[in-house]
Amino acid sequence: MAGARHSAFVRITHWITTVCFVALLVTGVEILISHPRFYWGEAGNALTAPLFKLPIPASRSLVPTGYGYVLPDQNGWSRALHFEAAWLAVLTGLLYVSLGLVTRHFRKNLLPGRDDLSPRALSAQIANHLRLKPAADTTYNALQRLTYLLVVFCLFPLVIWTGLAMSPAIASAFPFTVTAFGGQQSARTIHFFVSIALFAFLMVHLVMICVTGFRSRMRAMITGRARPQMENA
Amino acid sequence: MSTLSRRKLIAAGLGVSAGGTGLGVAASLARRYGLIPPDHGGLYGPGETMTYAAQRLLTRHSMAREFSRNQISKSPFPNGDPPQDVDYKRLQTGGFADWRLDVSGMVAEPTSFSLAELKSFPSRSQITHLACEEGWSFIAEWIGVPLSHVLKVVGTLPQAKYVVYVSIQTYWWESIDMADALHPQTLLTYGMNGGDLPAGHGGPIRLRLPRQLGYKSVKYLTRLIVTDDLKKFGKGLGSSSPEGGYAWYAGI
Repeated sequence: MAGARHSAFVRITHWITTVCFVALLVTGVEILISHPRFYWGEAGNALTAPLFKLPIPASRSLVPTGYGYVLPDQNGWSRALHFEAAWLAVLTGLLYVSLGLVTRHFRKNLLPGRDDLSPRALSAQIANHLRLKPAADTTYNALQRLTYLLVVFCLFPLVIWTGLAMSPAIASAFPFTVTAFGGQQSARTIHFFVSIALFAFLMVHLVMICVTGFRSRMRAMITGRARPQMENA
Repeated sequence: MSTLSRRKLIAAGLGVSAGGTGLGVAASLARRYGLIPPDHGGLYGPGETMTYAAQRLLTRHSMAREFSRNQISKSPFPNGDPPQDVDYKRLQTGGFADWRLDVSGMVAEPTSFSLAELKSFPSRSQITHLACEEGWSFIAEWIGVPLSHVLKVVGTLPQAKYVVYVSIQTYWWESIDMADALHPQTLLTYGMNGGDLPAGHGGPIRLRLPRQLGYKSVKYLTRLIVTDDLKKFGKGLGSSSPEGGYAWYAGI
């Protein structure tokens, strides 16, 4: 469709993913506070030295945190919603990637051009971003393209994989999903760091939307249309 | 809305009814092949059902990872103290000589086993990972009799679908389907790391289910009930976990 900034499948999968991601983030934090300690290797518990621990109280009384109180325990519904949102996110992601390949969305809109990847072009882009200077182009710039590719093809697959690696049943059928990371506790620790990276992406994404015009960007992602004059504003 | 033409509306209607029919067919197939968990209702039911169905299709016969002796955790975390009530203490003082494991329900011969009888059955030792839903874990050697052997001794009836198992702490009870009940690694454990199963880890008997999270491995086991209908137990959600907001199937 000429004039559409975002195709319908991009808009629909974007908003489903948004809802899932927020649900996964909130419930992930709730699950995390039941044991805010991290380990490396196959096993680790309250009697083991942690790799590191977060300086926060916990929602379970038997975890040593240094705090004299215990937070409300929300682990039950948090786990249920975490896995339900994960299912929806994974199915939506599969749909998005399939349609992205079929419609050549990745090739057309996300794969950066060779010229855009020269050190000179990239450093100019980085300088523009650091100065929060709105981009003059109507398509994604090279930094955006690289970031979206990183999120879609590296961070999301990795967070799904490390999530699955924590499942004892998946580990039984596909042991390499766990051993590839050095153990179930390593997978949990990596899951945490990839989630931090995804959260950082979300924050930068939101800042950039505000910098480039919140209303026009929201209109573009909801209706697919954006007024040209707003684009360059 | 001007863009929503009649043709689009009809197409959408047909799409929705085709989708609905498809879901209906999928649901009846899933029921026939035992892919619906007892806690399939409510807001999180679809997620629980997807997980259980996917796991039953992918991992029904898979074997939990077994580790080498040098991977056994030096400090296995017991997660709480053993029961403090007089009944348990009395049994503990007597070396659990009077501990009984009652097996009833859809079996040819309901039987009550002593610890010594369970220990006289062929034993199995395995070094597996126990992961708690909180996020921590440990690896230990577990020694016990496969649940499948005890079920064979009592003669499980062919229509059996689940095994319900109950702790001496009667608020803690769980159930598993026959795929897990007959799985060779599902053990009634009475030993750990070469010795008797410590009280903190569920002694004298703990059901170990290494393909699911720790809360399915019920401690201080006193009763097994073989059944074809989980609705008769508690609130009908399969075990005490869904009643407290946790998944019945915890292989995740």
